[in-house]
Amino acid sequence: MSSEAHVADGSAVHAEHETGENYLNCSHGLRSWLLTLDHKRIAVMYLAGLAGALFLGGIMALVVRLELWTGDGLVLSDDLYNHAFTLHGAIMTFLFIIPGIPAVFGNFALPLMLGAKDVAFPRLNLLSWYLWITGAVFAIVSMVVGAVDTGWTFYTPYSTQTSTQVINMTMGVFILGFSSIFTGLNFVVTIHKLRPAGMTWWRMPLMLWGLYATAIIQVLATPVLGITLLLLVAERALGVGIFDPSLGGDPLLYQHFFWFYSHPAVYIMILPAMGVISELISVHSRKTIFGYHAIALSSVAIAAFSFIVWGHHMFTAMSPMGNMIFSALTFSVSIPSAVKTFNWLATLYRGHIRLNAPMLYALAFIFLFGIGGLTGLFLGALATDIHLHDTYFVVAHFHFVMVGSTLIAFLGALHYWWPKMFGKAYDETLAKIACILVFIGFNVTFLPQFVLGTRGMPRRYHNFLPEFQGLHQASTVGAFILAIGLFLILVYLWKSLVSGKKVTVDNPWGGSSLEWLTTTPPPHYNFVGEPPEHDVYDYHDIRYDAAIDGYVLSKNEGDAAR
Amino acid sequence: MSSAADHHAEVDPAYRLAHHFESPEQQFETGKFGMWAFLVTEILFFSGLFTAYSVYRSNEADLFSYASGYLDTTLGCINTAVLILSSLTMAWAVRCAQLGQQRGLKFCLIVTLLCAGGFMGIKSVEYHHKIHNGLFPNAHFGAHEDPDGVPLHITDESGATVANPAARPAPENLRSFFGIYFCMTGLHGLHVLIGMGVIFWLYLRARRGEFGPKYFGPIDFTALYWHVVDLIWIFLFPLLYLIH
Amino acid sequence: MTDNHDHHNELAHVMPVKVLLGVFGALLVLTGATVWVATHDLGRFDLSLALIIATVKAVLVALYFMHLRYDKVFNAIVFVVGILFVILFISLAVMDTGNYQSQLLRNADHVIRYR
Ligand SMILES: [Cu+2]
Repeated sequence: MSSEAHVADGSAVHAEHETGENYLNCSHGLRSWLLTLDHKRIAVMYLAGLAGALFLGGIMALVVRLELWTGDGLVLSDDLYNHAFTLHGAIMTFLFIIPGIPAVFGNFALPLMLGAKDVAFPRLNLLSWYLWITGAVFAIVSMVVGAVDTGWTFYTPYSTQTSTQVINMTMGVFILGFSSIFTGLNFVVTIHKLRPAGMTWWRMPLMLWGLYATAIIQVLATPVLGITLLLLVAERALGVGIFDPSLGGDPLLYQHFFWFYSHPAVYIMILPAMGVISELISVHSRKTIFGYHAIALSSVAIAAFSFIVWGHHMFTAMSPMGNMIFSALTFSVSIPSAVKTFNWLATLYRGHIRLNAPMLYALAFIFLFGIGGLTGLFLGALATDIHLHDTYFVVAHFHFVMVGSTLIAFLGALHYWWPKMFGKAYDETLAKIACILVFIGFNVTFLPQFVLGTRGMPRRYHNFLPEFQGLHQASTVGAFILAIGLFLILVYLWKSLVSGKKVTVDNPWGGSSLEWLTTTPPPHYNFVGEPPEHDVYDYHDIRYDAAIDGYVLSKNEGDAAR
Repeated sequence: MSSAADHHAEVDPAYRLAHHFESPEQQFETGKFGMWAFLVTEILFFSGLFTAYSVYRSNEADLFSYASGYLDTTLGCINTAVLILSSLTMAWAVRCAQLGQQRGLKFCLIVTLLCAGGFMGIKSVEYHHKIHNGLFPNAHFGAHEDPDGVPLHITDESGATVANPAARPAPENLRSFFGIYFCMTGLHGLHVLIGMGVIFWLYLRARRGEFGPKYFGPIDFTALYWHVVDLIWIFLFPLLYLIH
Repeated sequence: MTDNHDHHNELAHVMPVKVLLGVFGALLVLTGATVWVATHDLGRFDLSLALIIATVKAVLVALYFMHLRYDKVFNAIVFVVGILFVILFISLAVMDTGNYQSQLLRNADHVIRYR
C-alpha cells in the first residue's frame, strides 16, 4: 500500500500518463493506421484480420457439421461439401492458426516484454501484414468464386488433376507463407539484437522463448512450403513431371515436401500457445514459474525435433524403413511437451490460484493439450496408426491440438492482454461463462470423433453409415455450443471497446514482465525513458494496491503479494 | 514521440540511425544478422529443388547422364565466370562504400549490373535452344533431336514418321529432368533479376551520395544476397551441366 | 582504431583488394578444374569430386566475399545450420524414395493421363 513508493518509482511514467497520450491516440485517421510502423498498431490490425478469418472459418465449420447431421447430407452436393471442408481447413490453418498468436500477441508483446522500442525491422513488419491481407484475399476469392476441393493439404495427384482453382489458392498460401517468414525473421533478429543490456537470455519471459522457437521454425520450414507450392503451380500450369505420375513424376515426393513444412508448422501453432500458457499460469498462481530453464529449453528442443518427424504423416505411403525411422523419432517430441506440462502443474501446486477468465483458459489448455498430445502417440505408433489413419480419430486429435490448445491459448492471451492493448475492461462474468461454454462445446464436438474414428469413420466423407449418426449429431450439437461461446466473446469484447470501463492501472493482474511496468495502453515508443528492469516471475515486490485496484512495484518489503 | 528524437540528437546524421536502435553498431549488426537469417530462408527455399534433383538423380542416373548432354557446357562455363566476376565487383563495391570511394562504388555497381545482364542474356540463349528443341516441359514437350543434334524422328519412304535408328533414343522421364532444370535455373534467374532491381536502386541512391563509411548497410546486405545467388549457381553448374 | 592507412571502417572489416582478386582467381581456376575433371570418367567419384570442388568454391565465397571469416561467429553458425537442415531434408527424402521406388506406378496404363 505504498502509493508514495509507487509515485517515486514511476513519476516519469505518470507524468506521461497524465497527458493521456498512448499508441492508440497519438495520431489519428485511417492513414496513420495503414502506414503505421508501430508493432502495437500492426498487432491490432492483425487482430482485426484474424478475427474475420476465424469468423469465416467458423461459419464453414458449422456448415460442415450441419451437413453431417444425417448420413446422406442435408443440403449440399458432394462437390459443395468438398469445397466447404477445404474452405474451413485452409482458412483456419493458413489464415488463423498459423499466424495466430505470433502475429497478434507476439507483435504486441514481444518488444514490450523485451524492453525494446519496436521490432528490428518495422517496415518489414508492416509488409507482413499487407502480405497477410493479400494472401487472404487471394485464397478466399479463389475458394469462394472458383472453389477448391483438395483439402488444405493439396495432395498430388488429385491436386494436379482437379479442375478447381488450385493455382490461385496455392499462390494465396504462398503469399501467406512469406508473411509468416518475415514475421519469424523479425522476431528472431529482434530477440537477438534488440535486447537491452539488462535483458539476458535467461531473464526473458517464457512467452519470448516460445516465440523465439516458433520464429526459428518459421524461418527454416516455411520457405520449403513456398517452393512446394511453386512446384505444384508449375506442375499444374506446365506439367514439369515432378509430382504428376502421369508425366513420370512421383506423387509421394509431394507429401515429403509438404510435411517437411507442415509438421513443423504444427509447432508454429503450438509453441507460442505454450509461451502464453507459461505466462498465464505463473501470473495467476502468483508464483514463480517452476522449471524455467526446462520450459525454455524444451521450446527450442521441440523446434529442433519438429524437423525430423514429418514422415509420420505418410505411414501408409512410405517405405517400411522410412516408417520405422519416423515412428521412433516421433516419440521423441513427446518428451519436451511433457516437460512443459509437468512444470505447469508444479507451478500450480500451492500457488494462490485466481480463477479469472485468462486462468480458466490456461487450465482448459492443460487438459485439452494433454488429450491432444497423448492421442498423438496412438498415431505415432505404426501398428495403431494403420488402423486409425485417415479416420475421425486423426481429425479429433489435431483439433484438440490446433483448436483445443492453440485457439484456447489465443483466447487466454486475448483476455490477458486486452486491458493493456485497449485500456478497457471486459465483463468478467460473461468472460467466465463464455470460457466454460467454449470448453464444454469443444469437448462435446471432438470427444465423439475419437470414438467415431476408432470405429472406422473415415475423414472427409460426406456420407456415413447409420450406426455413426448418434455420435455425429452429438458432435454437431457441440459445434454449436462452441460457436455460441465464441459469439458471446465477440459480443462482450465489442461492448468493452465501445463502452467498457477504462483501465488506467499499469498492472491489473500483477504481472512481472515489462509490459506491465509501462502505462496502459503503452505510449508510442513503449516506455517513457529507459525501459524498467525487473526479474521476470519474481512477484515478491509486486503488491496489490486497493486504492487503484491494481498492482504496484514496491521496493519496501519483501513479502509475497496476494 | 519527441523523446526518441531527443535520444538520438547527438548522433551524427550521416549514420542514418533509425529511432528504435541505440547505436549505429546495433543498427548495422541487426541489419546484417537479418540478412543472414534471410539468406537461410533462401537456402531452404532452394532446398526443395535440390531435394527433387537428388531424388530423381539417385533413382534415375541414366536419365541424368543422357539429358545433361543437351546442356551447353561452354555457355554454362562462361556464365559461371560472369557470375563470379559480378560477385567480385559486388564485394569490391562494399569495400568502396566502406572507404567512402564514391566513384569506385558507382563503377562497381554498374559492372555488377552489366555482368548480371550478361548472365541473363546467355541464359536466354540457352533457354531459346531448349524451347526450340521441344524440351520445355509444357503440353508440347517432346525432344526433336538427341543430345548430339541427331533428329530423333525421320520420315521414311512412305512418308510416315518413324524413329531415327541413328539417334540415341530419349529415356522415358526426360520431362522430369527438364522440369527440374527449368525450375532450378528459372528460380535462380528470377533471383538474378530481383538482385538486378535492388542493385539498380542502390546505384540510384549511390548517385545521390547516400552511402559512405558511416552508412553502407544496404550495399553490404545486398552484396550478401548477391553472393548467395552466386553460391547457388556454383552448385547448379556442375550438378546440371557436368554429368557423365 | 590502430589502423595505419585509411583502409579501415569503424563498423565492419574492410577486405583488401589483394584478397578479393586472389579469391576471384582461385574461383576461376576451380571452375576450370571442375570442367576439366568432368571430361574424365571417374565412375562414382564423378559426383563427389564435382561436389567437393563446388563446396571449396562456396567456402571461399562465404569466407572472403561474404566476410564470414571476419564476421560475428554467430552469423556463420546460422548459415551452416541452414545448410544442415537442407542436408537433412535431402537425405531423408532420398532414403525413403529410394526404398519405395520399385513399387511406384509411373507412366503405367491405369495412371490418369495428362489433360
Ligand atoms: Cu506431424
